[in-house]
Amino acid sequence: MARAIPTRQKIVMSVIAWAIAFLIFFPILWTILTSFKTEAEAVATPPSFLFFDWTLENYVTVQERSNYFRHFMNSVIISLGSTVAGLVIAIPAAWSMAFVPAKRTKDILMWMLSTKMLPAVGVLIPIYLIFRDTGLLDTRLGLVIVLTMINLPIIVWMLFTYFREIPGDILEAARMDGATLRSEILYVLVPMAVPGIASTLLLNIILAWNEAFWTLNLTAARSAPLTAFIASYSSPEGLFYAKLSAASTMAIAPILILGWFSQKQLVRGLTFGAVK
Amino acid sequence: MGQIILQDVTKQFGTVEVIKPLDLDIQDGEFVVFVGPSGCGKSTLLRLIAGLEDVTSGTILIDGQDATLTPPAKRRLAMVFQSYALYPHMSVAKNIAFPLRMAGLPRAEIDKKVKAAAATLNLTDYLDRRPGQLSGGQRQRVAIGRAIVREPAAFLFDEPLSNLDAALRVNMRLEISELHNQLQTTMIYVTHDQVEAMTMADKIVVLSAGRIEQVGSPLELYRAPKNTFVAGFIGSPKMNFIDGRDAQEAGAAQIGIRPEHLRLSMEEGKWSGLVTVSEHLGSDTFLHVNVDGVGTLTARSDGEFGVRHGDRVHLTPIEERIHRFDADGKAI
Repeated sequence: MARAIPTRQKIVMSVIAWAIAFLIFFPILWTILTSFKTEAEAVATPPSFLFFDWTLENYVTVQERSNYFRHFMNSVIISLGSTVAGLVIAIPAAWSMAFVPAKRTKDILMWMLSTKMLPAVGVLIPIYLIFRDTGLLDTRLGLVIVLTMINLPIIVWMLFTYFREIPGDILEAARMDGATLRSEILYVLVPMAVPGIASTLLLNIILAWNEAFWTLNLTAARSAPLTAFIASYSSPEGLFYAKLSAASTMAIAPILILGWFSQKQLVRGLTFGAVK
Repeated sequence: MGQIILQDVTKQFGTVEVIKPLDLDIQDGEFVVFVGPSGCGKSTLLRLIAGLEDVTSGTILIDGQDATLTPPAKRRLAMVFQSYALYPHMSVAKNIAFPLRMAGLPRAEIDKKVKAAAATLNLTDYLDRRPGQLSGGQRQRVAIGRAIVREPAAFLFDEPLSNLDAALRVNMRLEISELHNQLQTTMIYVTHDQVEAMTMADKIVVLSAGRIEQVGSPLELYRAPKNTFVAGFIGSPKMNFIDGRDAQEAGAAQIGIRPEHLRLSMEEGKWSGLVTVSEHLGSDTFLHVNVDGVGTLTARSDGEFGVRHGDRVHLTPIEERIHRFDADGKAI
């Protein structure tokens, strides 16, 4: 039986939880608030929290100076493209690791994950040169390829965790029922793993959307996503905090909304297999 | 047709030989039961026939064709799993239709066959439900339905009743036997329950440690077990084994006598002992008797036999029902 927690303890724990949540969220909140200030108010000391002259002027300037919609579309295409490509590669890979494990499957998984520990800058020059020579620099396709590769270990790992929970008997039954490998994956495995695939998809979109290192280094004007759009407001002429904040707010708004509505799915995805 | 022949088949997992070289003939229309204790290799043998595991060496012939390397989907065999292995995201109708869909049959024909299978198995009212909304027995029927629509060369059952409660198990056992009578298709059935084996099989294959101990009809195995393993495994309650002076007198290293072949008396008999436990089932009485100088023997009597713990009873084996075994445990 679960141990009853006294009400006072519950209140204290809730207050601590809210305080931590607020602390984590505060930079985002501050960015949003700053985006509605004038440049002067943005750097004023002491800073004003809620009582300032609210203005939309930064948003208007940002929209005038750069094409938000183009960057937004680049972000959508790059994050969706790399996620779908990643899933197409990762589903068969995770299937084989979960259902036809070899002696070294665990090692391969660990090795794949270890590539995520590698500092990205270590491979920047070779990838930059390859991209330059193959004409992939500043193209959406190039970014889709890079982000697919960068996030593949996480996608494979997450899907592997989901697939492992699916009883092998069911896939064997499909095989006995005359299903080819393709039908087995398409009609049996994927529908059963939909919740897992959905959270993997969501998480990967968020990761790809927020990816800044590669998007900043491999793009210029044409294929630059929202990360480059934000970065363009940190210019050598000086920082324009209010405009930078407006640009940041516009860049994170879509993914914040997506994350808000899919938080249940995301939490389930990240804790799947942890308790069972 | 559903003739299955195994020739010199072996299976190794790493360095462990789970199936030792074995030969087996299964004739078309036979109901064959693989029986043996846990880990004896019976499920592995079934999976080799199904194609879900590859043989290490040897040949599997299905209807005269070498099927050793044929993928499971192409062997024309249907399998019912212990866990039912239904597709949880599909309705009962879609579960049953799945193999037909994979075979590319036209929709109208699929519908017809699904309805016919559902009618045979009393599933008509459940066609729209998901497996999660069914009881264990109904799920097992869906699994059987999914197998029969394919009209396979043979059905493979891997301990299909293990997850059901006792009463349902008896019902499903009868249903599967009836289905066999109706379809006359080869069935291979794996179980560790010798009662299931005895009641359902035309032919029983007793396995132990990856080896076939004996193949024969239920009564052949009951009457003439080839060794102590089969003698002890087939029959319920278990055969009594006696060695020492009594065995030597019978010209054997060990003798075996089934509980039902011991005559019980309150007055006289070859052996006498105290009742340690008496089990009164109404139709039968089982007595566990601690016989002086022999050990504990189990005896069965028809109907009621009015004794209790601590009473002295006398036991006499029926001479012609005594099984004699040599020092290696082989029947003499």
